[in-house]
Amino acid sequence: MQTQTPSPWKQATRYGLIGGAVAILMSLVGMVATFGQRYIVSGIFTMGQVMFLTPILIFAYMTIRRTAPQPINKVILLGALSGLSTSGVMAALVLTGQFLNLRAMFPNASPELYGILTFNQESALGLLLLLGTGLVIGGIAGGIYLLSPRMRSTLLQATTWVVLVGLLRDLIVTVSYRWGFLGNAVKALFAISGLTPLSAVILFILVGAVQYWRLERKQSAASRPTTNQKPYTRWLKLGGSALILILLPPVLGIFFSEILDNVGMYILMGLGLNIVVGFAGLLDLGYVAFFAIGAYTMGVLTSPELGFFSLTYWEALPFAMLACVLAGIFLGLPVLKMRGDYLAIVTLGFGEIVRLLALSDWLRPWLGGTQGIQRIAQPRIGDFLLNTQQELYYLFLIGIGIVAFIAWRLKDSRIGRAWMALREDEDVAMAMGINHVSTKLMAFAVGALFSGVAGTIFAAKLTSVYPHSMNFLVSINVLCLIIIGGMGSIPGVFVGSLVLIASPDLLREFAEFRYLAYGALLVAMMLTKPEGLWPEARRKLELHEDEFDSGQEPLMAMGNPDGR
Amino acid sequence: MFRNWMQRITLTDVVIWAIGLAILIGVIWGSIVTLGTGKYSTATWIDLTLIGLALGGVYALIALGYTLVYGILRMINFAHSEVFMSGPFTATFAAWALVGAGWWNKYPILSLLIVLGVSAVVSSIIAVLLERIAYRPLRTAPRLVPLITAIGASFFLQYVFRGLYGSGLKGYPEMTILQGFWMLGSIRVFKTQAVAIVGAVIMMLILYGIVQWTKLGKAMRSVSENKEVAALMGIDVDKTISRTFAIGGAAAGMAGILYLLLFPVAHFFMGFFPGLKAFTAAVLGGIGNVPGAFLGAMMLGLLESVGPSLFLDGLGIPAPYQLKDAIAFSVLVLILIFRPTGILGERLAQAKA
Repeated sequence: MQTQTPSPWKQATRYGLIGGAVAILMSLVGMVATFGQRYIVSGIFTMGQVMFLTPILIFAYMTIRRTAPQPINKVILLGALSGLSTSGVMAALVLTGQFLNLRAMFPNASPELYGILTFNQESALGLLLLLGTGLVIGGIAGGIYLLSPRMRSTLLQATTWVVLVGLLRDLIVTVSYRWGFLGNAVKALFAISGLTPLSAVILFILVGAVQYWRLERKQSAASRPTTNQKPYTRWLKLGGSALILILLPPVLGIFFSEILDNVGMYILMGLGLNIVVGFAGLLDLGYVAFFAIGAYTMGVLTSPELGFFSLTYWEALPFAMLACVLAGIFLGLPVLKMRGDYLAIVTLGFGEIVRLLALSDWLRPWLGGTQGIQRIAQPRIGDFLLNTQQELYYLFLIGIGIVAFIAWRLKDSRIGRAWMALREDEDVAMAMGINHVSTKLMAFAVGALFSGVAGTIFAAKLTSVYPHSMNFLVSINVLCLIIIGGMGSIPGVFVGSLVLIASPDLLREFAEFRYLAYGALLVAMMLTKPEGLWPEARRKLELHEDEFDSGQEPLMAMGNPDGR
Repeated sequence: MFRNWMQRITLTDVVIWAIGLAILIGVIWGSIVTLGTGKYSTATWIDLTLIGLALGGVYALIALGYTLVYGILRMINFAHSEVFMSGPFTATFAAWALVGAGWWNKYPILSLLIVLGVSAVVSSIIAVLLERIAYRPLRTAPRLVPLITAIGASFFLQYVFRGLYGSGLKGYPEMTILQGFWMLGSIRVFKTQAVAIVGAVIMMLILYGIVQWTKLGKAMRSVSENKEVAALMGIDVDKTISRTFAIGGAAAGMAGILYLLLFPVAHFFMGFFPGLKAFTAAVLGGIGNVPGAFLGAMMLGLLESVGPSLFLDGLGIPAPYQLKDAIAFSVLVLILIFRPTGILGERLAQAKA
């Protein structure tokens, strides 16, 4: 179907208006106002402004890319038009808000929001400022497009760093406080909120210069034949990272150790779900069930409160692991014949059933009902009780080490290859002599085991379990992190956990929009880069198969509304 | 012959059938005990049945969206529960505006129609946008990809509405003419339930008519048979799919208002359980099959409302109502294990879910 391309001016307006819709959504959801008090550069620039200026920039840039190639002056003008349309939509929101009480419906349409959008100026001047900003930012997007890729990447990197460092100001200061005089030096770089203007400029230039230099080196390295790494540097690197990992908790303090524990727990679960979803291709949405079974078994076996048993952590651990494996097989058996969507929904149902049972009065004498189980034993090594976040960190570290090693070895083993064969095509795999019953059950069992271990440590860390902490959102968190990291990729699990689990903990304001961002990320990821941030080599090949055949980018082409 | 048959039974089959048999015995035993003790009066059973039918009607309308989309795209629109939530959540504001204007009790039927309209339009817009932005680019992608997209979209929508309208519960205003009950002979029927049942049946008939007898319905059915051939016959496939989402969304939006009549509280998470249950209903009736969705939904509604007192109580389980959701999910798991084609469905066996 050949449709006539609409005029670039029309397209610019259209993208600008879509950008405006996105910006309004972000404003009304509360992203702009919530981040409004969080300064990036003290007294000048808040995260709220970043939030509403980014859509202008992105959509203007998109306009230019879609309408390319155009002459230079037209590029700038197109960008400016797109930016103007976006800011026009926002100005319309501000105007409407002044005559109508939008707040009755949208609690976030507050005077603070309008203040941020109009740069805290009087209405007419503020609106003009808003429109002008849109115009300028759109033009800048045009300018950015005209730069060389190397310069563009440098600018992007430098801006990202400034924003990140400014955002994480509180955390950096808190951590550096423990380092004595070095801490004072770090503190001087920051204002009460965000970076001081001077240090922002310095950081920008510094990061930019480093990035610019690195890109040059990369370019020249690409032209040179690569030399193999010497084995001892590899061991040196490994040893170095191990040392850093071991030293982290005492250096960073309790707050960060708590976050690291959280990340560790999700890495453990992610490694397990990665086997089920990533290796074997069985989409499990009720993964929290195994986590719950692990935690509850630990609770029932060790808590003196219920009065059945009072084992120690280490004595109860094998039983908890056994329970999880059995639960994995129990779930696996009935769903052997199901594929894809149905499997997802059934496992979701299974997860909910487990939670509802734990919550019910029926099983209260055994599982504690809504009150859960308290006084769960904590692990003890010799005379040493692991009970603070910093000490439990090492438990997570050891657990992750073992589990990651197992997962890594499993991946290329016979069973690992059988999983992947089943994932690619079940019928063919069965025809090749793979026993789909035992292979699938193995995947469920191993996945359940890893999740259960995470559950036991979780129970020991809090010394209590509640049915409310076993909800569907846990499954979704784990699923998101393995998909963002890259399905089937073990380093991807680490990357995904660090990005997804640590960020809401690090940034209070972000926690509010956590699941909104996860949802958007999942959709965006599937639309643009379904193999994840750190893809497994095989899957990357598979998802971009046609690219290798025809040399095109099918997913990008399909995202284009005009090019069917 | 017998030996051959014996050899084909695997251990898995034995385990699965044993589980099924145990559940069946439990259900029958529980029902006998409950009925034997005579703990509940006939009036209670009738009440429970009516609640079940009203719920079933709501589920049926939501299930329609799942079924139509599955029929046409062979995918489970996981975000349909959020499509369901978006309409009534928005319409609650319209309802309060009507209360403020004094129309709510003065022109109740008009008000109800306005609220229904708002809800249907909002849900339909959300459904169409969802298809356009999230699903259309992925039509040829591997199976897991659109499913994950749907899960992401579901969360995105849930939390967008949480951000837009706030995270609190939002009461839905009651209508004076819908308070109390009517007497049908000796049977007491709550007015809201009667309206929900009748409304659901009427809407279901209209929607079934659209699918069965209009040109659009014909296009929808042909696209669901074969997209390429339908396109060759001059049907605009994209437009048809988009309209399918619109119809499913509108049905879900109207279901939302009926749901609010029964449980007058709107919030951002209100779609999750009804959505999942409607999906169960669609599978129970045979996914891709409109009358099946209706039948499955009614059965599920009844099981959910009558089930806890009927068979869980008899088994000596305290507070059986806490487990009504667990019953619905168990039905889903069992139906997928024992008869994945559902009661009326045939298609699935070929499509190989």
